[in-house]
Amino acid sequence: MIKKEMIAMLLAGGQGSRLGVLTSKVAKPAVSFGGKYRIIDFPLSNCINSGIDTVGVLTQYQPLRLNTHIGIGIPWDLDRNIGGVSVLPPYEKVTNSEWYTGTANAIYQNIDYMESFNPEYVLILSGDHIYKMDYEVMLDFHKQKGAECTIAVMPVPMEEAKRFGIMITDEEKKITDFEEKPANPRSNLASMGIYIFNWKTLKEALLVNSQQPGLDFGKHIIPYCHGKGAPLYAYEFNGYWKDVGTLNSYWEANMELIDIVPEFNLYEEYWKIYTKSEILPPQYLADSSVVERSIIGEGSDIGGQIYNSVIGCGVTIGKDTVVRDSIIMNGTVIGSGCELNKVIAAENVSIGRNVRLGCGEEIPNETDPGIYSNGIATIGEKSVVPDGITIGKNTCVFGVTTAVDYPDNCLASGKTLIKAGDEK
Amino acid sequence: MRAIGIILAGGSSYRMKELSRKRAVCAMPIAGSYRSIDFALSNMSNSHIQKVAVLTQYNARSLNEHLSSSKWWDFGRKQGGLYVLTPSVTAESNSWYRGTADAIAQNLAFLKSSHEPYVVIASGDCVYKLDYNKVLEYHIAKKADITVVCKDLGADACADRFGTIKMNEESRIEEFEEKPVVAKSNTVSCGIYVIRRRQLIEMIERSAEEERYDFVKDILIRYKNMKRIYGYKLQDYWRNIASIDDYFDTNMDFLKAETRDYFFRQYPDIYSKVDDLPPAKYNVGSHVKNSLISSGCIINGRVEDSVIFKKAFVGSSCYIKNSIILNDVYIGDNTHIENCIVESHGTIRANSYHAGTDGSIKIVIERSDRYVI
Repeated sequence: MIKKEMIAMLLAGGQGSRLGVLTSKVAKPAVSFGGKYRIIDFPLSNCINSGIDTVGVLTQYQPLRLNTHIGIGIPWDLDRNIGGVSVLPPYEKVTNSEWYTGTANAIYQNIDYMESFNPEYVLILSGDHIYKMDYEVMLDFHKQKGAECTIAVMPVPMEEAKRFGIMITDEEKKITDFEEKPANPRSNLASMGIYIFNWKTLKEALLVNSQQPGLDFGKHIIPYCHGKGAPLYAYEFNGYWKDVGTLNSYWEANMELIDIVPEFNLYEEYWKIYTKSEILPPQYLADSSVVERSIIGEGSDIGGQIYNSVIGCGVTIGKDTVVRDSIIMNGTVIGSGCELNKVIAAENVSIGRNVRLGCGEEIPNETDPGIYSNGIATIGEKSVVPDGITIGKNTCVFGVTTAVDYPDNCLASGKTLIKAGDEK
Repeated sequence: MRAIGIILAGGSSYRMKELSRKRAVCAMPIAGSYRSIDFALSNMSNSHIQKVAVLTQYNARSLNEHLSSSKWWDFGRKQGGLYVLTPSVTAESNSWYRGTADAIAQNLAFLKSSHEPYVVIASGDCVYKLDYNKVLEYHIAKKADITVVCKDLGADACADRFGTIKMNEESRIEEFEEKPVVAKSNTVSCGIYVIRRRQLIEMIERSAEEERYDFVKDILIRYKNMKRIYGYKLQDYWRNIASIDDYFDTNMDFLKAETRDYFFRQYPDIYSKVDDLPPAKYNVGSHVKNSLISSGCIINGRVEDSVIFKKAFVGSSCYIKNSIILNDVYIGDNTHIENCIVESHGTIRANSYHAGTDGSIKIVIERSDRYVI
């Protein structure tokens, strides 16, 4: 008989539109992070390190990269005879075939998957945060409190509390009330989007609310459980936890990794973060290279100068190129004599020679000022930038561009250049 | 597939000096991220050989650890797979492997229970890429009994620790001398052989009866006039690492762009066990020139013309020049290391000084206490 105490359901279907062109071809959980990792590696590694060996990954938006990355779960030791990792896309049914219309709706559509493991508890995770957390400790808390649902929360500065779902608790950490993005928050405990449910409670709540359009945990399931008087508790987490939902927070979280002793330390012996490594060879630093305050992934070939940057695997950086405060993802090739300031270059980008990126004045982006901001120049995956081009700040380039696309060999600050059909 | 594989990974070598105290030569780390045996294993896998035996006996702990899972080389298969065969006490035998032929003889069941017509025998202490199918096709075309892969060493290279070969114009081997006092030829055997499985079983059984145990001496040299033994010349990169100098030079070869390009960027890839280490980190004060740095390293000092293996820590104001730092070495601040090989898991105190000379590489084994945060 199959019996798992707790299984995890990892929501990885979101687009993450605030990451701009970084997510035009991949789902947000599949975006590179910290040189060699992808965002989903963090919750997946947390699962296996917490002793959870059954994980359903719910995918919907651009799942190809996620599928190939996860495979049968070998890098996380999630290739199991019973359980292991399963990728769960939406599928056609006899009646009522639909996409995943909300977080809880996605879980609802996979009731059969969860039921097959006969679990006591179900852990709901989202695939877009950077943190290390022992879910087993949270489960102990859940059991000890006799909760039906436990929500992981973390204290945030009061002035930021209005951006989050806020939990109001008593001294016992029992949740008495909650508010979604309140104007005048009554507490600073923000929901991290991590829930442990008793399977019975969750199943009942999903079935009762199944007809609700856009069924969502924060909006429908938690209020439903609270409304019928089920004991809900808040589990306070005080470690490092970073939402990388915007280009700026994504850039900041990467930069935090290069501190001498970073708050989020990848070099600790226990609680390793696992990822699929396709590139094994060591990196080569040439005679002409200078590297300071940076991390660099396997197989990269560095001829230029790198300061305060996060460089992925298999990256080539030519001679006399200077890279500062930038994130360069796997497989990108940068020619010689370039200058990059605060650039995010996605995977397999090709940048020619003598290209200057991220220079000039700070002018807000004309198409998406909310996305391309803080002076970051963003280059989408597999883009090509020809020789001798100058590109300003708060810019976005995506697609195979040629010299014709740059009047006066220049893309001014605040401009967007997208050459990939109707994609954004 | 038409062939099974045997990798001879038995030995220690006095030429490896202190480095072989800890491990078999085949488990020596190479080029930052690999182990010597990865090259033979990856070649087998890339040649679509599905069933491979590794014969090992000397100090196999490190090698066993490396081979603990066969999935990295794609040998985690229901059909075939990776077999690590160490000597064991049986009803017939209670001796160690007394030689390469004896190692095969003691595992004859592996050969007999297979059905593939050919066997590729390779040694695990060489760095090269080779599609064994090409050798096999050559073997069949020549109607050979045994094909020996061989390589022309440069004129200045020392061939006296290899088996040297002389071939006639048809590539049939006429002379074969094992470790000659004075080498008469610069063509050496690479320790890679292709042979029909039944032929091999027959020869090994005969040798065992006669209490002859060495594959080269008692089979290749003894049968060279009776059997059709041919040489297959390898044109590309090939190096044996089983001496300190060759080991050092092979690693240093990877500082050359063409060697890196050949092994790291061209098809097919070399596979190895994945270690799940974070990216290498360069702090303020790091100054790295013409060096290979592996994952998990933290660099605070100066590194020049060196190969740094995984998880090394280099303290600030260190100066490391023309050296090899093996896995998981901790080097304290203000240390000077020049022309050295630093043994793995070593801890070198701050303010140490170690220098060999260009011609004579120093091996550093230091086991100070390590205080890690």
